[in-house]
Amino acid sequence: MRRPLTRFIVLIWIACLAAACSEPWNDPHAPASTGGQTLYSGFAERPKHLDPVQSYSSNEITFTAQVYTPPLQYHYLDRPFRLIPFAATKVPEPVLLDARGVALPADADAGKVAFSVYEVRIRPGMRYQPHPAFANDERGAPRYVELDDRALAEIHELRDFSHTGTREVLAADFVYQIKRLAHPRLHSPILGLMKDYIVGLDDYTKRLKQADDALANSGRKGAWLDLRQHPLEGVEIVDDHTFRVRLKGKYPQFVYWLAMPFFAPIPHEADRFYTQPGLIARNITLDWYPVGAGPYMLTINDPNRQMVLERNPNFFGETYPRTGEAGDAAEGLLRDAGLPLPFIDRAVFALEKEGIPYWNKFLQGYYDMSGIAADAFDQAVQIGGSGQVMLTDEMREKGIQLKTAVAPSTMYMGFNMLDAVVGGESERARKLRLAIAIAIDYEEFVAIFANGRGVPAHGPIPPGIYGYRNGEAGVNRYVYDWVDGAPRRKSIETARKLLAEAGYPGGVDSATGAPLVLYLDGTARGPDDKNRLDWLRKQFARLDVSLVVRATDYNRFQEKIRKGNAQIFYWGWNADYPDPENFLFLLHGAQGKVKTQGENASNYTNAEYDALFERMKNMDNGPERQAIIDRMQEILRRDVPWIWGMHPKEYGLAHAWVHNRKPNQIANNLLKYQRIDSASRTTLRARWNRPVLWPLGLVVVFAAALSFVAWSAWLRRERRTAGLALAQER
Amino acid sequence: MWRYVVRRVLYAIPILVGVNLLTFFLFFVVNTPDDMARMQLGVKRVTPEAIEHWKAERGYDRPLMFNEGATGAGKFTDTIFFDHSVRLFAFDFGAAESDGRDIGHEIRSRMGPSLAIALPVFLVGLAAYVSFALLLVFFRATVLDTVGVVACVFAMSISGMFYIIGGQYLVGKLWNLVPISGFGEGLSAWRFLVLPVLVGLVAGFGESARWYRTIFLEEINRDYVRTARAKGLTESRVLFRHVLRNGMIPILTGVVVVIPSLFLGSLVTESFFGIPGLGSYTIDAIGAQDFAVVRSMVFLGSLLYIVGLILTDISYTLVDPRIRFE
Repeated sequence: MRRPLTRFIVLIWIACLAAACSEPWNDPHAPASTGGQTLYSGFAERPKHLDPVQSYSSNEITFTAQVYTPPLQYHYLDRPFRLIPFAATKVPEPVLLDARGVALPADADAGKVAFSVYEVRIRPGMRYQPHPAFANDERGAPRYVELDDRALAEIHELRDFSHTGTREVLAADFVYQIKRLAHPRLHSPILGLMKDYIVGLDDYTKRLKQADDALANSGRKGAWLDLRQHPLEGVEIVDDHTFRVRLKGKYPQFVYWLAMPFFAPIPHEADRFYTQPGLIARNITLDWYPVGAGPYMLTINDPNRQMVLERNPNFFGETYPRTGEAGDAAEGLLRDAGLPLPFIDRAVFALEKEGIPYWNKFLQGYYDMSGIAADAFDQAVQIGGSGQVMLTDEMREKGIQLKTAVAPSTMYMGFNMLDAVVGGESERARKLRLAIAIAIDYEEFVAIFANGRGVPAHGPIPPGIYGYRNGEAGVNRYVYDWVDGAPRRKSIETARKLLAEAGYPGGVDSATGAPLVLYLDGTARGPDDKNRLDWLRKQFARLDVSLVVRATDYNRFQEKIRKGNAQIFYWGWNADYPDPENFLFLLHGAQGKVKTQGENASNYTNAEYDALFERMKNMDNGPERQAIIDRMQEILRRDVPWIWGMHPKEYGLAHAWVHNRKPNQIANNLLKYQRIDSASRTTLRARWNRPVLWPLGLVVVFAAALSFVAWSAWLRRERRTAGLALAQER
Repeated sequence: MWRYVVRRVLYAIPILVGVNLLTFFLFFVVNTPDDMARMQLGVKRVTPEAIEHWKAERGYDRPLMFNEGATGAGKFTDTIFFDHSVRLFAFDFGAAESDGRDIGHEIRSRMGPSLAIALPVFLVGLAAYVSFALLLVFFRATVLDTVGVVACVFAMSISGMFYIIGGQYLVGKLWNLVPISGFGEGLSAWRFLVLPVLVGLVAGFGESARWYRTIFLEEINRDYVRTARAKGLTESRVLFRHVLRNGMIPILTGVVVVIPSLFLGSLVTESFFGIPGLGSYTIDAIGAQDFAVVRSMVFLGSLLYIVGLILTDISYTLVDPRIRFE
């Protein structure tokens, strides 16, 4: 008996030693995951569109921004955000023309400008990633066109094509992509907006539709629509490396759109290749397999499991920025200045739908970066005595870095200005809105519900966006006082006084004697929402006003907003680009949700504000623009169409082996700047993930003991007589 | 038997039509085609024209069930319901509304991962739960039986989510024995299956073992058991030869019916463990208001359930010769 037991113990020890020396058992990545410049991250939601004409969601642009090369990009380190060339050789300056085509000065009044012409010169020598769409046969003809079922018999994914090719990126490809915005089989989210600006795009949309219908009527439904045969008036190829875009009026924000994949080049060969019915039937489409000239190419697209970006061997090459904002050098962000990009060879994005597994794998070192979910906040971050944010000891011991930045977003509560009680321009309604704005203590909200991750808002423009004012100059004087160098929310007594002036003393309508009941519309999904809504009810109760929450699903909520049936609601906005126009337009009368289905969910209108907006939106940044923005914010603060809410603060964690990480909420093509210290990662992963084997041993011992007891009892029972068994059961 | 099977298959057609109708009705009570378009086109800068275009492209610009503008049979056939339902019966699931991918292809590729978890949980679980239940019956009216039942009640009182999170924490994070979540290609996937299978087994243990124990206890007091004992058979022979065999009918009722549905996977387990199966596909589709996928999965689910019921009936005749197809 002793020898087998001794052998068993020795075997367990050998297994333990072997485990201690070998690779971690719980590594979720492929065996080679420890080596090379590979970054590991995750995605929670599978991207719907990777076609740059359709893609607009943040989970999609994570991939498209690394693959495509729009003319411009944002400087990685500089703040405020600054546009720099990417595929273009320089940031284009528009030529302004009047109605007769005569050039106007750059500071010409927007009213006089009939057209703006942007001439974009692109870098010569840029080449596309290797792709079968460019593969030619021996005669120089495209190899993979008009493929029939026999030719596609062995093709299931893009990588099944044995030949690939490439070619230079030309200005014609940028023009082709702009035309694709109007393609009748695609849904570009910016088509509506661009129709207002790009000359002839509206008409072009109709013409393409007719051409597509004609194809269908001729029995060639779904065949390739060669956009080169359909000229677009407002877009012109000047030469191989230059194109022009002609816009109606003055639209300085156009350059920001030139930094998005909507304006990246698409070669006509790819469009033709992907329009083949046999490939569409196999889900091989441009929406699934992007074709770009950027630093990376998507080599594995299996969003059920993982998506892999690999270095594009044909990338034209850029270098890491040599300058940044103050403090970047001290943080080591300029250590790689001037080195060629990208640093990372491969980026693996694994499907991770739930936050808890992602967080635990990040702590194990299997993901290089992570955000901080609410339930992991205390484990990751602690607030110091003077309010400073610090990592917990556990995080510091692991060498994890914390980066924080205020997001260019705003989360607010809106009043429906069409509502009979809280809406309208009357002084009564304004005072009611203001009383509520004072009573809702957003400082408390941020502390309780966002773990301090937010900045109470004083207007629609978030920090980091031109027009935002810091300190006393940026205070909303209607809701706050400036006391001891900091804003202090006005007292609840002030709010009650305003409420009484509005005709609701003590929360009772003085005209009817009925208690004031207000309605909040929104979506409520879980216990967190319930807590939030309970808190809101308490804020209203401080004014002796009842708040009734009309929670519904998102569809019905949107419908209420569209029809103007909501009274008070909460909503948010993330910046498309870093310009105040992108926030101030949310309250522009012409954007009224009920009137025009625009983005002004409050249906707010103010003639002076609207006029100032029209002036401001076409101006360059400068003192005059700032003065107009200040005036606009003053109007808004006085009229209170929104309770200004908060600007969320993003907390990001990264392991010590991740270098050059700086939060940048506007730019998306950030992967090329990151660098990984793979050796350090391998060492730390192995140290953190040694298998613990004693539980296995315990299970074996426990199972053996249980089996022994059961077996003994079994034998005893089997030897009993039937009579004894029956007697025992009775 | 074949006549019976054919009859049951024919019965299935109106059931499937009914299920389809109900799914259609419930889905469109909550969502309008406009809602679906908005969900797919995003929330920013969506124009009414884009919504109309999206609907027209997918045939959602027609009436739901009855087309007054059409003539003859077109009143019923030129509708969203008819257009989107009939082809299901030819197993033409169409394309997903969210990303345009072929649903049939997705179902085929996701069946494997779902089955990779569901099948071991089902087979090992069945063997383990039945064995444990027989063991409890063997030790009935003893301390071991009491401890076993208490353990079962304790196990079934805990939420399935707790097993998942607890399992991931203990086995994956604290003991570092297997990956917390994820999936691999081919045989390398086994490392990712250990934990979800283990969790699946433990989570189903209490309820199933207790249920089987109850079935076997009912059998143990029957006359044929007393006769077997009177013949001098050992207790183990009584249990495994007679009680287990006679207890199979209620077990089969619950077991065979779920066999075809194993392909459909588990909604929660697949989401938490990152398994790219049909369970997570369905839950994603519900979240994305992708009616094409929801409709296909409900159709497939009801079809497999009907197949399961037919198989159950057939299996009865195999374990109990007294049962005949009438």
